[in-house]
Order: sequence, then C-alpha cells, then structure tokens
Amino acid sequence: MLYIKCPYCGLRAQKEFSYGGDATVKRPNINEEVPSEDWDNFVYMRKSPRGKHIELWQHIAGCRQWIKVQRDTATHEIFQTAKVTEEIR
Amino acid sequence: MSQPFRLNKEGLINRNKKISFTFNGKKLFGYEGDTIASALIANGIHLVGRSFKYHRPRGFFGAGVEEPNAKLQVEFNGHSEPNVNATEMELVEGLSATSQNCWPSVNFDVGAINNFLKMFFPAGFYYKTFMWPKSFWYKIYEPFIRKAAGLGVASIEKDKERYEHKFEYCDLLVTGSGPSGLASAYAAAKNGAKVIIAEDKPRFGGTLLTDDVSIDNLSGKDWAEKIITELKSMPNVTVKNRSQVFGYYDHNMLVMFERVSDHLEKKSKFTPRQRLWYIRAKETILSTGSIERPIVFGNNDTPGIFLSAAAKEYMKVYGVLVGKKPLIFTNNDSAYETALEFKKNNVEPIILDTREEHSSELIDEAKSKGIEIRFSHGVIVANGYKKVKSAKIGKLNKDKNSFEKIETVDCDCICVSGFWTPSVHLASQSGNKLKYEEKIDAFIPDKKKQHETSVGAANGSFTLEESLKHGFENGSNLSAKITETKTEISIPNVNEKKYGAHDKFWCMPLPKNENPKRFVDFQNDVSVSDIEIALREGYRSIEHVKRYTTLGMATDQGRTSNLNGLQLVSNIENKIVPEVGHTTFRPPFTPITIGTIVGREVGMEYMPTRKTPMHEWHEKNNAVFVDAGAWKRPRYYKLGSETLFEASKREAKNVRENVGICDVTTLGKIDIKGPDAAEFLNRVYTNAWMKLPVGKARYGLMLREDGIVMDDGTTTRISENHYHMTTTTAQAANVLSHLEYYLQIVWPELNVNVVSTTEQWAGAAIAGPKSRDMLSKLYPDLDVSNEALPFMGYKEAEFFGVPSRIFRISFSGELAYEINVKSDHGIFMWEKMMEVGKDFGNQPYGTEALSTLRIEMGHVAGPELDGRTIPSDVSLNGLVSKKKDFIGKNSLGREAFNVESRQKIVGLIPIDRKSSIPEGSHIVQDQNAKLPNPKLGHVSSSCWSVENNNPFSLAIMKDGKNMIGKKFFAVSPLKNKTIEVEVISSHYVDPEGKRVRS
Repeated sequence: MLYIKCPYCGLRAQKEFSYGGDATVKRPNINEEVPSEDWDNFVYMRKSPRGKHIELWQHIAGCRQWIKVQRDTATHEIFQTAKVTEEIR
Repeated sequence: MSQPFRLNKEGLINRNKKISFTFNGKKLFGYEGDTIASALIANGIHLVGRSFKYHRPRGFFGAGVEEPNAKLQVEFNGHSEPNVNATEMELVEGLSATSQNCWPSVNFDVGAINNFLKMFFPAGFYYKTFMWPKSFWYKIYEPFIRKAAGLGVASIEKDKERYEHKFEYCDLLVTGSGPSGLASAYAAAKNGAKVIIAEDKPRFGGTLLTDDVSIDNLSGKDWAEKIITELKSMPNVTVKNRSQVFGYYDHNMLVMFERVSDHLEKKSKFTPRQRLWYIRAKETILSTGSIERPIVFGNNDTPGIFLSAAAKEYMKVYGVLVGKKPLIFTNNDSAYETALEFKKNNVEPIILDTREEHSSELIDEAKSKGIEIRFSHGVIVANGYKKVKSAKIGKLNKDKNSFEKIETVDCDCICVSGFWTPSVHLASQSGNKLKYEEKIDAFIPDKKKQHETSVGAANGSFTLEESLKHGFENGSNLSAKITETKTEISIPNVNEKKYGAHDKFWCMPLPKNENPKRFVDFQNDVSVSDIEIALREGYRSIEHVKRYTTLGMATDQGRTSNLNGLQLVSNIENKIVPEVGHTTFRPPFTPITIGTIVGREVGMEYMPTRKTPMHEWHEKNNAVFVDAGAWKRPRYYKLGSETLFEASKREAKNVRENVGICDVTTLGKIDIKGPDAAEFLNRVYTNAWMKLPVGKARYGLMLREDGIVMDDGTTTRISENHYHMTTTTAQAANVLSHLEYYLQIVWPELNVNVVSTTEQWAGAAIAGPKSRDMLSKLYPDLDVSNEALPFMGYKEAEFFGVPSRIFRISFSGELAYEINVKSDHGIFMWEKMMEVGKDFGNQPYGTEALSTLRIEMGHVAGPELDGRTIPSDVSLNGLVSKKKDFIGKNSLGREAFNVESRQKIVGLIPIDRKSSIPEGSHIVQDQNAKLPNPKLGHVSSSCWSVENNNPFSLAIMKDGKNMIGKKFFAVSPLKNKTIEVEVISSHYVDPEGKRVRS
C-alpha cells in the first residue's frame, strides 16, 4: 500500500486517496473553438509511461483536495507531491 | 502413558502440565510447550500423511515453518482447520488432529496405487492427459482431479471467532528474534527508536535456543532471555511472539500475522483469535535466518528422514528423540552438532560425510567423543515403506558420480544436511534483486530496494560473531539516523565452534539398474526425473520449469526444494545457478487464514449501513428494505400477506389516485455557494443556468467529457449565490468529486465552494393529485396555490415550528413536492405527514412503487443512464443547450452519436398485455433465428403500469425513433422467456406532462 504525502495533511495511507489519472493533461478552454483532433486527444489519448509519471490523486477520505503526485509507475516510488496549483519539475 | 522417545530432562517444555489430544482417533498426550509434531514424535508416531500426487507415506521433515509434509486437519476450540503445519501448531487440551489426503486411512491409502503407477504420472501429466476429448473435461476429468487432489477440507461452518486488524507505525521493524535480530532491536531501542520485534515461534532466540554457544559467558538461550526481558521493559519497544511477518509491500508496508490465542485453553470473549498487523516501518531489519536444505537421495521422503537441525531442535527444545539409531548424512559441519547432541543423550549416531577425510574443530570433537564418521560416504536409498528401517549407503568415488563400495546399515532415522539457504523471501518481496553467493551456494539480498536491511544468516553470515556484529551495527546506525541519538554498545564476547568448509554436493548418484524416486519437492511430489523430463521436453526458463513440474509451488513455497531444483536445472543445462536465476517470491511467506485477511469486515460490519432518520418508523411499519449502495431504503411496506408485486401496485396506484409519501433522504445533496456559482452550474450542466431566478428549481443533466450522461437531478437557487443541488443516490459521491475536480484543477478562477449535505437534510416526497391539499394542511399559513408555488417553485417555511424547505419537483410525474428538514427533525416531519395525510388517503410508498411511477412516465434513471447513453438516446436532447459550452459538449458532435439509426429510448408493451418483460431481455426481430441472433436493443426497466393495468417496459433500441408501432420479441435466456412486444412511446402516461403542472 502506497504512502502518499498530502501537501495539506502529511503522510497518509493509500486507502484514503482515489486515483485521478494523468495530471499533465490540460482541458481545452471553455467557450473556445477546439479542433476535433485536440478534443479527441484530451478525452481519449493518454500515455502509459513506464517510469516517472505525474498524476492526480484526490484525498477523498481526508481534506478532499486534488493533489499532484510524481510516481514511478514501475516501482511505485513517489518522488514528489504538490498542490495542483504548484508545478512538479 | 509412557512416551518412548521423550528424553528425561532436556527441553524447554513444561513437564508439569500434561496435555491430552488425539491423532487419527488415538488418545495421546504431550506437554505444554509441545507442537503437535514434537508430541507425536515423542509418542513414536512418524507416519502422519500421504503425499499429494503419489500418496506415498510421509512423516515430519522439519521442526518449523520449513515443514513440507506434516499438514494436518486439526480440530480445536470448536474449529476445524485444514493444512495446519504440525511442526508449528502448539498443542492445546482436547485438540484432535487427523491426516489429510488419504482414504480410508493414513495406514492404508487406496490412492497409493498412484505410487505404483508413477510411470504414468510424469511431469506435466495433467497438461498432457486431460486435453482430449474435450467433452470429458466437465463430467470425468474435473471431478476426478478435484477428488484426488487437494489437501485438507475447509469447514462449512460459520467461523465464530473474532479476527482483528491493527495499523502500526515504527522506526524499526525487526523480523526474527535470532541473534542478529535481538542485537538489532537492542541497539535501536537503546537509541530511543520505536521498535517492533516479531518472532514467528512461541519462544524468542532462534538458533540461540539450539546452538551450543555462549555470549558474555551466558548460554545462548540465557542471553536471548536477558535481552528479550530488557526489550520488554522498554516503553519504546513492542515485542511479539507467534507473529509472522509474511509480506513486504510498497513503501515499506509490512504485514504481520499474529496467532493471538490459538494456544490458549481459555480466553476472554473479546480476545481475537488472530490479528493482522499492517506495519509502516521507517527501516526494516530482516533477520529471518536460514533454512537447512537436504541432500537428494533415493526414497528420501520416507518417514523418519529429517533435516539435521530439526532433529537437534526436537532434542533441545522439546526433549524428543527423532530416533534411537540415527544416520547423520551431511556435506558440512553443522550436522556434527546434531550428532554430538545425540551422543550427549546416549544415542550412538553414524555420520556419513560426503567430504573426503579432513579435520575441523567439530570433526575432531566428534572423533574424540567416539562417534563413528564415514567420509566420502552418503545415503543412496532409504529402505522401509512407512518408516525408515535401514539405508543403502555408498562410498563415493573421487568424482562423486559412482560408488566404490555399497552396503546396507540399519537405522531408524536419517538426519540430512545439505548446507544452509538464507531466507530471502521478504527481501525479494521488497523488490530486492537477489545475487548468488558462490561461497554458500545460495542467493542473498543485493542492493537495497526499499528500506530493507538483511542481517545475519538471512544475509549469508553463518557465524554467531558476525550475526551479532551486523545486528548491533545496523540496528544502531539505522535508528541513529531517525532518532539522532547514538548510544555506544560494546559487542559481547562470543564463544562458538568454528565450521570448516562445506562440500558443494547436493544430489546422490544412483547405482546402475536402480531407480528409486529422488524427491526434490516433497509437498508437490516433484522428483529429479520430473525435472529431467521437463528439460528434455524443451522447458528452459526456470519459471516455466516451475509451472510445468509444480516445483516449489506448494504451500511451503519450496523452502527446502528451490535451491536443489536450481542446482539440478543448472547441472543438466550446463549453466551456473545464477544464469538459471530464481523464481519469484510472493507473499504470504506462510499460509494465513482467510479470517485474518477479512478481519472484522464480515456480516453487518462488511460495510457501513446508512439509515435515514425515518428508518425506525419504516421498520415498525413493516417496510421491506432494499440496499441502495450503503443505504437501506424501504422497498415496499407490507400489508398483511401482500407480495412485493401486490404491495408496490397498491402503493403506486394510491399515488396516482390520492397521495403518497416517500423517504427521499438518500438522494445526494450538494450545497453550492459563491459569486460564480451560476457560471459554474452553467458549465457543469448541459442546459442554461444563468437566468434561473432565486426561489426556482431546474432539472439538470450532467455529462462526462466524452458526452455520456453522468447524472441528473434538480438544482434550486436558494439565494443569489447559494444553490442546492440534488444527485441520484448512487452517483452522489462521484458527482461531488467531479465538481471538486473542475473547481480545484480546471477552473480554479471560479469562486465557488461545494460541500455534501446529504446527511444534513431529511427528505420526504409528497406525490399525487391530493398532494396540494395535504400540503396546505401541513403549512396552514402558507399560500401553496399553483400561482404562489408553481411547478419548479421553491419556498422556505416553518413546518410546525421547524424550519423547512419546500421544492415543487416531481419524479413520479404527479403533482408533487419534496420537503427537507434538518435530519434531527426527519422523524417528526414524517410522523406529522402520516398524521395529517390520513384525511387524504395518504400511504407511504417504497422504491418499487417509485420505480413503477417513473417508468410509466418515461422518466429515466440508473438503468437508462448506464454509462453508455448520450442525452438524445434517452430523449433528453431538449436539455442540451446549443448556445453555450459545457462539460462534454464537444463530444456530442462525434459522428457515431449523430447517425440516423442511433439507439433511442422506447416503451414496450407485451402483445398479450399480461406477460411481464424481464429486465435485461434482448430485443430481436426473429425469435427462431440462428445464433448469434442480432440484438436490436435491451430492456432497461420494467414495471406493471398501474395506470393502464398491464406490463410496461423501457428499452434502449437501435434506431428507436423509427421503431414505434413495430413488433419484436423480447428474449431472456436467463429467465427462459420469450415475449412478443410492441414498441410504443417511452412516455406511457401523461405524455404532455400536465399533471406536474396542475
């Protein structure tokens, strides 16, 4: 079971979180014309990298904040966690 | 009641307390502190089971977790438990053990015929034999395999015991209380670290209990006791025996299985039987020791053949002799200690040493005590069927591939030692890539992967001096990093015997024309020839060889067989062992009970039960409940002997004719506040929200970004910047997360807050043509006329002195209202409604009537919004704004969503107007068409229309809008029904929606 550091609450067990997918995907702006290829990429296309991956988790049984987690998908190592407003380099 | 193999004084058992038990019906006794194994051996019983495949007689082989054979069905304290390791289970009064995998008895087992047919049961037998004919599988092969295979029998009784889970955090977890574990725990404890030390056996000390050593002038056992006593007295240390750390998971999470009370005769009602510990450790010391491996020889599975260290443990810990005429068969010095222990107890062993004549401290001591040693010798084949009677031994030639001399010697046990294998399971589970250590012919942990540090024998250091040194150093250094305190500890003086080099010899050759089975894996009956066959048939990868032969796949996880198997493969393949590699170690290290995994999450505690504030009233009034997620909702209120069908019809009819009330507390409720709330709703819902006035409700539809309907519900504008959203019961949690996602991540610039208020409000729907009359009695001072409180209107008013919210919304399609009061007032509201409603023919109605009402109105719910439908599929495209953007809008333009023949919701009625159409039925053109019969749609919801008094269903149908008036068949293979149906509009009752506005 992963041990995830919520930037608001500290280290908590994985069972308090729910997974939210790739954090680097940007939703096209609302009220703007979006080329259908861009839209399809946003809705359907995701990379499934082996290695470092920045993803979203929600601290659902805690502060309910969505957070960013940089995790190695092969080893589960977590390098960094951050608020969604912060950048992970 | 004498025990012929019990020594007079040796051992750590309590001779003052006799414990009686039975084995295969025979009454026996042992002492407190015995295992089932030690008590049986003391009584001279060795034949305890039959092997898995060939049903060969089997006895004990080890003295602990390494035991491959002695798995018994054990009944104690009202349990019947299969596959119990007799070498681990402590004796308790009244315990009854029986042999497994034998019929009619362990002494005479019909299945043993397999042993004589063994040429027909080679490696991969099942794969080869049961392939054809295909039709034989279900009726002949599978039942046969099921009957013949398997070990014990699982109890079909409900487990009445209590199991617990515990979550723990520590600086240092030490797994194993041998010398290196004790030293590590002690050093870390002295540095002030929070330490947990776990020992799987009842007694602490590991090899210190059996080895002839001294530490600071104390015997190993006394030193262990001194350290444990001190650790127990320290507040920062948790000391646990009977506790097996069996799994090493991600981020240094280790899981431990504690046998809390199986050994207790009497225990309190609240003491759990077993406990599962989830331990998050900052650092982990793996001091799991090593397990002796055997040397492979003919009939090496005969009862009476033991690992040499196990024989010593039986003498030292239990005061039990495994035999009185022992052969010690070894390739190293450690078995000499067993020989010396026999000698000390006046038993004369013969040592067969595969090494050439040489000298070492132990060899010299054995010689000086007059023990017979035969160098360059080994056991070729054990004689005796149910117990070893003699052994054919041979003098090996220089190349150790044939014999210079063969003779037979009498013996009643053979103690075998093929050197030591570090227990690297936990290290491997942590992700550590193991490395092969040539010096000890075994794998040891490599570079750290998590925070695991292997010390002592688990790391391949087989001397006490090294083990203690590693333990103290690592315990001290690892904990000092955490506590930033370092207490100096002087490493104690050690007195131990020096071992000479071992012989890299692991399998006895066979003389010409002799072909006894030489087992590598006892538990799964895998012999040398099986592995040879697998390789001959082309299996190369060790993982494939393992699966084909089942080598190491039994419940003992190949603890005594893995390395010998690898040696064999590497010899045949002409590779070195590290090239062959090793198979994967997986948790659990030892079998654990299902009860422990489940813990307290059984029955009512399986998941939380959510009850509405009116639940007790429903119970008192004969409600039959249905689960809606964790909620309990009244499905119907049973009057007299009514069936579900009768009751729901009565309740629904009463709503259509008079008025009914329904507990709608379970609907998801989300409070939305903030200056940008209207803009937010406008983006979340498909319809327009900017112009909704204060005091009005609106029905809204939510999509996912892929255009599929996510949820529906009404949202009411309470005040300028304050909205009250409702969601379906099932989607409440998902919708909240969805809203939080957009507010926190996508549009953080919107100044809006959302919070769940589902549990804060109790809700009741009042529905039916008389609902306004009833409402006016509930709110005598309020104008509830159609003008003052129109459809989709909202008012706040006092409900008999209690603040309340009135929404004029309808799910039933009737004139209806929903009243919300604070949860605490829910039961008050409900009882008042029942009281006032009497004059109007009010009756409560449950979810079944609720479904009937919405289905015949063509209102969609979960079965239609099933994650596959877009708004137009369920005729809700009128709610989709063309002017504004919203979540999922861009996806609605997709080609497949806009084809002419796109699926659409329709209504179905049976041609006979009588037969109910099962939900899930497929709609087909021709009921007799060849399979696969093309599916035109499926029935999503069915009811008995109370308005028209015949069955009615909703269906999602391909090209639905052009199907109205046509006839099809609804086929349900599950219910074995085919019903001819006619397609009609999904709005079966009041299609213009006049009633809700009346």
